[in-house]
Amino acid sequence: MEIKVNEETCTGCSLCKKVCLYDAIEIVDGKAVINENCIFCGACIEVCKLNSIEITGLKEEQKDFSDYSGVCIYLEANGGRIADVGFELVSEGKRLADQLGVKLSAVAIGSSIEKSALEAFQYGLDRLYLIDSPVFSDNLDDIFAKALVQVISRYKPEIFLAGATWFGRTLIPKVAAILKTGLTADCTGLAIDEEKKILLQTRPTFGGNILATIITRNARPQMATVRPHVMEKKKIAKGERDYKDRIEYIKIDESKFKSKYKLLGTEKELNENINITDYDVIVSGGRGLGGSEKFSMLKELAGLLRGVVGASRAAVDSGWISYPHQVGQTGKTVNPKMYIACGISGAIQHLAGMQTSDIIIAINKDPGAPIFKVANYGIVGDIFEVVPMLIKRLKNGKSLV
Amino acid sequence: MIRIKIVVCIKQVPGTTEIKIDPETNTLIREGIENIINPFDAYAIEEGVRIRERFNDGEVEVIALTMGPPQSREILKEAISVGVDSAILLSDRAFAGADTWATSTTLAKAINKIEDCRLIILGKQTLDGDTGQVGPELAQRLNIPFIGYASSILEINRNKMKVKRLMEDRYETFEINLPAAISVVKDINTPRVPSLRGKMKAKSAEIPVWDAKKLEANEDEVGLSGSYTQVVKIFTPKIKHEIKMIEGSPGEQVEQLYKELKELNII
Repeated sequence: MEIKVNEETCTGCSLCKKVCLYDAIEIVDGKAVINENCIFCGACIEVCKLNSIEITGLKEEQKDFSDYSGVCIYLEANGGRIADVGFELVSEGKRLADQLGVKLSAVAIGSSIEKSALEAFQYGLDRLYLIDSPVFSDNLDDIFAKALVQVISRYKPEIFLAGATWFGRTLIPKVAAILKTGLTADCTGLAIDEEKKILLQTRPTFGGNILATIITRNARPQMATVRPHVMEKKKIAKGERDYKDRIEYIKIDESKFKSKYKLLGTEKELNENINITDYDVIVSGGRGLGGSEKFSMLKELAGLLRGVVGASRAAVDSGWISYPHQVGQTGKTVNPKMYIACGISGAIQHLAGMQTSDIIIAINKDPGAPIFKVANYGIVGDIFEVVPMLIKRLKNGKSLV
Repeated sequence: MIRIKIVVCIKQVPGTTEIKIDPETNTLIREGIENIINPFDAYAIEEGVRIRERFNDGEVEVIALTMGPPQSREILKEAISVGVDSAILLSDRAFAGADTWATSTTLAKAINKIEDCRLIILGKQTLDGDTGQVGPELAQRLNIPFIGYASSILEINRNKMKVKRLMEDRYETFEINLPAAISVVKDINTPRVPSLRGKMKAKSAEIPVWDAKKLEANEDEVGLSGSYTQVVKIFTPKIKHEIKMIEGSPGEQVEQLYKELKELNII
């Protein structure tokens, strides 16, 4: 396998050199030369206007995957409830299954989760595989992986999707490794290639600066994790119908599901159950806040909007607020309906974690702050003036002018 | 005497903070980007060194491992300068283009050659690929437990460890048997800066290079050929962005923002 430059057509324009992030292209005697730093990412192939670069010698085995059919969703449970991302994926899975003309199934594993899992039928599910047992009351990666592998091996879906939650991001790679198939992390877009009937998995890399579309070759199922809040959940059926006839209760031999992990204890962060990705509104503070006590102002605003407080890395590193509140590449990726950035300049790592929010409001005294490049509404001003006024406006319901 | 080997898996990545997008062509401009040690891996290295410091001299050996082009040697030297004992570079054209599966295949083959490896430490994800999948896939290939997002190692001996992991909304403390693999988050420690002695050691360190032959790896199981996933298109997101700047006195600004949000039914 190698990557080749067609010397006949290459003009040495150096466009490929410009886009190569790995320092792998040099222009020698007016032609592009690819060196050993190349990781075959394909960025140069994409950008070359003369189609002068190609990867050759990649063996394509023609495997028969005709016994794999259908789309299957993992419904992750947290404390007896199915996490929302599961329902979002059922809606997305429905769209993909319809396009392929196949059935949509889901698998739920947990303890006392049947009632919550039934809700998935309202989003278009055809069949639910339910493993409900007290052995699954804690998140023990190995036995969850074992149960998932059993279901996937038995029902052979062609596509398997799971939420890119922190548990999902550790569990699903294990499952893919056992099944010996590919896995694409943190997808933000899924589509079906009409001609080949395969799943096109699009995900951000380089902190959201680049999007890559990925396919699963030579293996099935095609597996992907998808970020929470990216797909929209759409109810298409009423909840009154009894869907019990569409549930397959999978009995497991509990003695064979002994985890190698011993859970010694669980602590809620700061005695509060904070998962900022669960909220529709996030009020975030950055360096401009200047201290931990100022976060109380943001907490008040967040409270009035039924939201939660977020923070930039600068604020967390300064010790003003705890790490679970951190938004960005080294913290959490959030997609709320409204994101209010207060005194956050907008480092690229921060933007990577929040730029897909529906509405972004930026309040900053520096009109040149990069946060304004992603904001929908910008206020150049002092957060210590603007935020208290906004709180007052929301509280009193009286016009300020 | 206890003998424990700890392998820290690290990666060289382009520092993304400096990436700029050419507004004309909507493509990335690479110029001036330096290759750096994946920032999350600095915490993995530091934790490996800190574990060694919990034991007597000579009981624990920390080995840095990376797969990459020959220039990745630089980050291994960096690891040695902050306290890692030795380093191994996995480098071969056949390894290029590996997805997370083929990467874990290659790393697993190397780790199987390191006798008595009791713990593998990784950063929670890389800056470029950003998947966080190599750790759990590697652990599965080696058939050992994996704890992701470790925020604290409470206890460790040759056979067992107590480790706390961070989930979205809670900490969970586990006891697991070794050998095992963990990935660490940044609040586990504060990485140290290289000492003068460390820099000297790094300068003179011999770093062995293991290729596909040394790993007894078939060309079909590593690199792009050994990958189950393949990138078919790479592109920069179209920026279709409009901002409404709200002018006026602070009171007027707040009032207008309030009206806008009311109209959008957000408040």
